[in-house]
Amino acid sequence: MGDALDIKPDSILDVKGLCCPMPVVKAKKAIDSLESGQIMEIIGTDAGSKGDIPAWAKRAGHEFLGSTEEEGGEVFHFFVKKG
Amino acid sequence: MANRIAIIASKGTLDMAYPPLILASTAAAMDMEAGIFFTFYGLNIINKKKYANLKVAPIANPAMPMPVPNILGMLPGMTAMATKMMKGMMEKGNMPSIPDLIEICAESGVKLWPCQMTLDVMSISPEDIIDEAEKSCGAGAFLDYAAEASMSLFI
Repeated sequence: MGDALDIKPDSILDVKGLCCPMPVVKAKKAIDSLESGQIMEIIGTDAGSKGDIPAWAKRAGHEFLGSTEEEGGEVFHFFVKKG
Repeated sequence: MANRIAIIASKGTLDMAYPPLILASTAAAMDMEAGIFFTFYGLNIINKKKYANLKVAPIANPAMPMPVPNILGMLPGMTAMATKMMKGMMEKGNMPSIPDLIEICAESGVKLWPCQMTLDVMSISPEDIIDEAEKSCGAGAFLDYAAEASMSLFI
């Protein structure tokens, strides 16, 4: 958390303002339209997503690549590679 | 054992309708099988006539932050007031409504079972149950599903 990740996403999902369970529900829908190996960036404001997104990725067979936090700690960027 | 969560929803108040639907929709997003058995007042959560208007009562619910002493919760209008407060809280947090969450669950393959006994005992017509629900069933059928689940919850 905190360090800039040098990852180029193939798609970006904006879930800012949404809370549990919507970030995970929308991430699942969005990643379904990607090809295996492609990377999705999820941008959100739900602090619970810091635990939820990696757990979702693991369970759903994707690879959680990492996350960054914008200054102020209110906006999070998660990077997930489709399995 | 299947990668499956089996949930019993037994309460029909607004606050208790959220947890089973949030857990089931999340489980489905995590590629788990999820099923909810709606029994007793929990059946209101999938009752067409009721599910958009579930209520929460402040009386005997000291956890609910009301601007008046708890005993006044017995006064007429207090349940409506508490319900409005809670819906306001949910909207502010961008939380989906109960009908929206039901739709998300159904779309993502969550099984929604009405309890046959509750339909009979409370004289509820199967017509009143939302179209997204499965055919009604009993405890035996639910337990058969739950016996293969890695998680079972009673809510």
